[in-house]
Amino acid sequence: MQELGRFRVLDEKPVNLDGFSVADADLGLVAMHSPHDPSPSLVVDGDVVTELDGKPADAFDVIDEFIARYGIDLTVADEAMALDDAVLARMAVDVNVPRAEVVRLIGGTTPAKLARVLALMSPVEMQMAMAKMRARRTPSNQAHVTNQLDDPLLIAADAAAAVAYGFREVETTVPVLGDAASNAVALLIGSQVGTPGALAQCSIEEALELRLGLRGLTSYAETISIYGTEQVFVDGDDTPFSKAVLTSAYASRGLKMRVTSGGGAEVLMGAAERCSILYLESRCVSLARALGSQGVQNGGVDGVGVVASVPDGMKELLAENLMVMMRDLESCAGNDNLISESDIRRSAHTLPVLLAGADFVFSGFGSIPRYDNAFALSNFNSDDMDDFLVLQRDWGADGGLRTVSPQHLASVRRRAATAVQAVYRDLGLADYDDERVEQVVAANGSRDLPAGHPKMVAEAAASIEARQLTVFDVVASLHRTGYPEEAESIMRLTRERLGGDQLQTSAIFDDQFRVLSKITDPNDYAGPGTGYVPGDVRRAEIDAIRQQRSTAELTADQAEHQNHILVSDVEPARQGSDPREVCIGLSPAWGRSVWLSLCGLTVGEVLRQISAGLEEEGCVPRLVRVRSTIDVGLIGLTAARLSGSGIGIGLQGKGTALIHRRDLAPLANLELFSVAPLLTPQMYRELGKNAARHAKGMAPVPIFTGGTDESISARYHARAVALVALERRACEPGEPPVTVEVRRA
Amino acid sequence: MNTRREILTVANAVDGKLGLTHLRMDPAVLAQQAVVAEDGGNPQLAENFLRAAELATMDDEDVMNLYEALRPHRSTGAELEALRVSLERRGAARCAELVRQAADAYTRRGLLR
Repeated sequence: MQELGRFRVLDEKPVNLDGFSVADADLGLVAMHSPHDPSPSLVVDGDVVTELDGKPADAFDVIDEFIARYGIDLTVADEAMALDDAVLARMAVDVNVPRAEVVRLIGGTTPAKLARVLALMSPVEMQMAMAKMRARRTPSNQAHVTNQLDDPLLIAADAAAAVAYGFREVETTVPVLGDAASNAVALLIGSQVGTPGALAQCSIEEALELRLGLRGLTSYAETISIYGTEQVFVDGDDTPFSKAVLTSAYASRGLKMRVTSGGGAEVLMGAAERCSILYLESRCVSLARALGSQGVQNGGVDGVGVVASVPDGMKELLAENLMVMMRDLESCAGNDNLISESDIRRSAHTLPVLLAGADFVFSGFGSIPRYDNAFALSNFNSDDMDDFLVLQRDWGADGGLRTVSPQHLASVRRRAATAVQAVYRDLGLADYDDERVEQVVAANGSRDLPAGHPKMVAEAAASIEARQLTVFDVVASLHRTGYPEEAESIMRLTRERLGGDQLQTSAIFDDQFRVLSKITDPNDYAGPGTGYVPGDVRRAEIDAIRQQRSTAELTADQAEHQNHILVSDVEPARQGSDPREVCIGLSPAWGRSVWLSLCGLTVGEVLRQISAGLEEEGCVPRLVRVRSTIDVGLIGLTAARLSGSGIGIGLQGKGTALIHRRDLAPLANLELFSVAPLLTPQMYRELGKNAARHAKGMAPVPIFTGGTDESISARYHARAVALVALERRACEPGEPPVTVEVRRA
Repeated sequence: MNTRREILTVANAVDGKLGLTHLRMDPAVLAQQAVVAEDGGNPQLAENFLRAAELATMDDEDVMNLYEALRPHRSTGAELEALRVSLERRGAARCAELVRQAADAYTRRGLLR
């Protein structure tokens, strides 16, 4: 078959690098509902669950067992399980039903019941419910901080950058397991530079991660993975009982923790038991609650590509976050895995969460370049930072981040890198020279750094392990080497942790070490005009992106071309009689306060080209200043009516131009150059020629601009508005037109 | 309670006066946080804090060993029973009960060593 041009282009689009699966319930490749999902049921004998979602107790797997023992509030179970799915779904969405009431009832639901409730909701209803159901009032954000070299200076510099941008949790991991202790120490130091109080974690194998935590080198953990089927759970080398010990072990040392689940993992492992992704994730969330975990990371973690490959996939991911919130747990809302090669799809995944708000909008925004992400590429990465900051501003939505000036960024990166350099020297871990520090400060990522000695990090990490260094060794070293503020911040963090307030649901420390959590900062959304609204200071942070410009800034370049021509009044404009005369109507600010058009030509050059075009066709230009209007159509019509030929040209300072005729309506011009930024000298000359042809009664020659792929509106309208404001200021309503003369200065 | 936290100063770190035991939570603090969690409507989180209060009295290796023992196919039924008894004896009743429940479930689901 003949190749169609449209498909040739479509086939090259990034979205077509993504994989899309035909839904297949037998493989668990189905988002919201599988015919094999169990029907909700709960039978209780005394205070013992004897049947859960269609399964009798003697057939419980370890997940059922744990949920049945700990996960369901039996005092409300009868009431909750008897409610219609739609009633529960409406209660979750309805702003008039308090959050606490929804939480109370959902506490009595089984995994299958909650999955059915969620499956009834539209994405917008889910967002409404999220606004109400998330636990913490103030949204926050978490960053990935890793690099391919495990370079500790770079980890520290990037951690300091991350907290400068506003991240309140930073997470590292390793490409090489043996480097873990070094990464943890570097992250701990960097995360307290400039802005104190952020929590830090090093995600590695469960037992090793716990050991780092027990020594105070990390302050939270979240990669305590749980799964929705027993087979996958056990393949992951854990059971709910061992996870319960881990959960408590972290709490026993004042370490915040949450579990990680996230749909698609069971499908990837080939053990989904023919159930839907949503149902299996509902089991995970029920289990998380049963374990006593304060929160869950899900909704776009490792299995995200699987989920996004099936119909309703993105909706299912949003439902995962909402289920966590409805079970009154902290939602660390995924987005930490690149969902698509398409910028449109990956934005579509993140935007609903940003707008609705979550305890953490990302469970790992890649604060480093894509290639440096040792987890997987995040859905947003360091080169998306400006986009994210602009999205916050566009929607007035708080995603937890703020603009950082280059000066501040350089300063905290240098401080973090030198602090790690000093501590590693002081503790005899490694000796990085000053040149390395400067390279790290400037680097976008590890590809900007020489590789260095391949064993240097591993040896530093081995030394940390061999000597079993603790957070106190790091604090002492920072103090000894001249970093008392960072030493104090890390000690403060360690001390505050022992108070235990940060173990409660959805807790973060702000930069004053105040705990914001479900307890201290509860979500009070109850409809329009309630709930979280950024305060004035925060609002200013969201608004003040580095790219915004005042009108004065946008017109500053006008002054550079001031008086390159001299415009002088000749006489009040009179009606011309020469049939070869074409009047050029100049706008009020033209050559008075506007000197440079949007395409970068001076107003003088634009006029020279138009006049030359007229003259080449044998016509005579006359210049008329139209003072009473800034509308280019009326300017052109006024010029046409004064013109001997009846043809006039309207010209604004910013370069918009048209040809008009005296007998036409103001908006019915003959030819219009509306896209001023794309015009060239040749086009203005052609415009002059065509005006002359009209004057002579000849047919004009069409001027093709060739079209554009540029977003003219986005690129130029801020500047256009600033120039129009100058025109408006120069406008003199009621004043008649004046014939003027223009000379080169 | 306060003195336990107040000892955590930079000066004491520099003087080498701080060690792993200083990183353990005070069981009384965890018990108090359990009350807060329970009052906040999350009895499971409260239960976790109470289990944690028991672990807070153990040294790091004992905590690690308890975790390892409960991973799949690590322990025999007899080993879990011995672990349960030892936990019971040292006053870690909740952890002991968790081990008992795990032993039952592991027997039924074939997850013992």
